[in-house]
Amino acid sequence: MSVLKITSENYKEEVLESNKTVLIDFYADWCGPCRMMGPIIDEIEKEVSNEIKVGKVNVDENRDLAMEYGVMSIPTIVIIKNGKIIKTFVGVRDKDEIKEALK
Amino acid sequence: MYDVIIIGAGPAGITASLYTKRANLKVAIIYKDKSSLEKTEKIENYYGFENGIDGKKLYITGIKQAQNLGVEVKEEEVIKVEMTSNGFKAFTSKGEYNSKTIIFATGSKKNKPKIKGIEKFEGKGVSYCAVCDGFFYRNRSVSVLGSGNYAISETNELINIANDITILTNGEKVPEFRADNVKIDTKEIKEIHGENKVEEIEFKDGTKIETDGIFIAQGVASSSDFAKKLGVITKNDNIVVNENMETNIKGIYACGDCTGGLLQISKAVYEGTKAGLQAIRYIRNIN
Repeated sequence: MSVLKITSENYKEEVLESNKTVLIDFYADWCGPCRMMGPIIDEIEKEVSNEIKVGKVNVDENRDLAMEYGVMSIPTIVIIKNGKIIKTFVGVRDKDEIKEALK
Repeated sequence: MYDVIIIGAGPAGITASLYTKRANLKVAIIYKDKSSLEKTEKIENYYGFENGIDGKKLYITGIKQAQNLGVEVKEEEVIKVEMTSNGFKAFTSKGEYNSKTIIFATGSKKNKPKIKGIEKFEGKGVSYCAVCDGFFYRNRSVSVLGSGNYAISETNELINIANDITILTNGEKVPEFRADNVKIDTKEIKEIHGENKVEEIEFKDGTKIETDGIFIAQGVASSSDFAKKLGVITKNDNIVVNENMETNIKGIYACGDCTGGLLQISKAVYEGTKAGLQAIRYIRNIN
């Protein structure tokens, strides 16, 4: 597995209808801090992919999803369970802090 | 090109400069804001002073010690730090300086104004990074909270994106800055309102303005402001470091009060030592 690209097209199936908890990294290619968050998300994915679905949303290409989740700052990490947001992190965060919230 | 630029001239920054300079590196300290040490009347719990020592005296002595060793000490305000292809660039009120490494030692100052609603709307209209989040405010009305060079730098990042910008000085003096789509309001702010995101700012005189976003840039930029823009990991606005004072970005270190924990000189000196030694190791490896 690797980090799943979530778009407006697959979002319903991959996120809303997911049986697993979903972690989404909202990012943009031009955003410096997002480039620092990327490798941390990759590591998390490797460690938790059995239990958690890890995805990323490019806000340039999917503004509707950013709006749906009220994302107005990047990077933003959102954790979703049964289609509902259970935790939001704004800005680059430590791997352990995010993993703690997934427990 | 410097080997090391240290931002901050308190015990952590000065100590890092002593170690890196003694290793024959090209070192500069840039500082502006007052150190918490300078404001401390008497230090009585630091090793070696039988009757305690005046905080300001210890602070000034530290800066002189670095200067005597040959460290360039610049009293300039750092407005921005950017990554470059071969290191970093610090932009100050007076110029630009390239360096292979950066050591943040800016103290515990947090750029979080005590205004009701700021924390509630973080990431929901309250932003600490114009270059990251300006995109979400294309053709909308935004505000910049602040009145100094840092606020103007953030305003400049937004000027071609937002429809209009209001600089909110929150009672501070009016900055010398004019642009077509920028207004300046000096009234003191009472509270930020909104349902799910920032919608309105209420002033203490009871008047209100509508706004879609507020960019926080009060006073001098703090290490957590630089960190957020670079992508350095922070936790509770402290910079996250490992036991060698390394951040998640290679070549960036942090030491002293800005890493959280005990706000003590002894800890700042220890961390300044670690950061300095680690920067020396890093530069010897890349050269």
